[in-house]
Amino acid sequence: MRVLQIIEPAYRATLEEQDDTVLWFTRAIRAAGAPADVLLCGTAVNYSVRGQDAEGFHVGGWSQHHPPAIEHEITKLIESGARVAALAEDLAERGIHTESMLPGIEVLSRKSLGGLCAQYERVWKW
Amino acid sequence: MSTLTFLLMDAPYEQARTSTAFRLIDSALRRKVGVRVFAYEGAVSLAMTGQKPHANAVHGRTLEEEAHPTPHAWVAALGAMAQENGVPFDWVNCGLCVDERGANEVVPCTRRGSPADFWKMTLESANTLVIPTR
Repeated sequence: MRVLQIIEPAYRATLEEQDDTVLWFTRAIRAAGAPADVLLCGTAVNYSVRGQDAEGFHVGGWSQHHPPAIEHEITKLIESGARVAALAEDLAERGIHTESMLPGIEVLSRKSLGGLCAQYERVWKW
Repeated sequence: MSTLTFLLMDAPYEQARTSTAFRLIDSALRRKVGVRVFAYEGAVSLAMTGQKPHANAVHGRTLEEEAHPTPHAWVAALGAMAQENGVPFDWVNCGLCVDERGANEVVPCTRRGSPADFWKMTLESANTLVIPTR
């Protein structure tokens, strides 16, 4: 049963969770045998950008160790065999060019969404 | 027997998605459709028994008159209805999310689990609806 995880809101509690909760969940269910892929749309297309650094979160005398490393999460997903794609129109709206993106992320047009969803038995929009 | 899986993510008392999800689950159980729920992130607080109703001075009502809803009572009510109807009802709270929130005191018809349980639920269900935070 193939699963497509569509992620739209970006940076949802990422500092508190040290990752994106849906990317983490996707890696967890893949480890349990789920053939789950990811489509980034809306603000979440920003997850495709290389060189993000979330270090420097301090509250009073408390400093966050191991801040979220979205680049690492995406790379690990791709290395595990997951297909990761981002919507072209949403990338363009935010001025994100392919040369600034992580390698291995497909760029798909909004027109291809229907055909993409048809390839999966379960489509979950987060 | 047909079964549906729901993933809930929102904490209680913040938005309308929670009450909508409970309506959907109620509707399924009334039709004798089994339900599996995976409570992720803030949704693990739905089953916390520490929730307390309160009086409401703005409404001009006492504690008893206000009868303020508590989601843990909704979870328990769903479990009771499933039992009466003889249909499966399995509510799993994400264990790491429980630990983060200290949400350990929960209604008895729920249990602790992991995303692997969600995947198993999905494989055993006719369909799965994910209701995330926005």
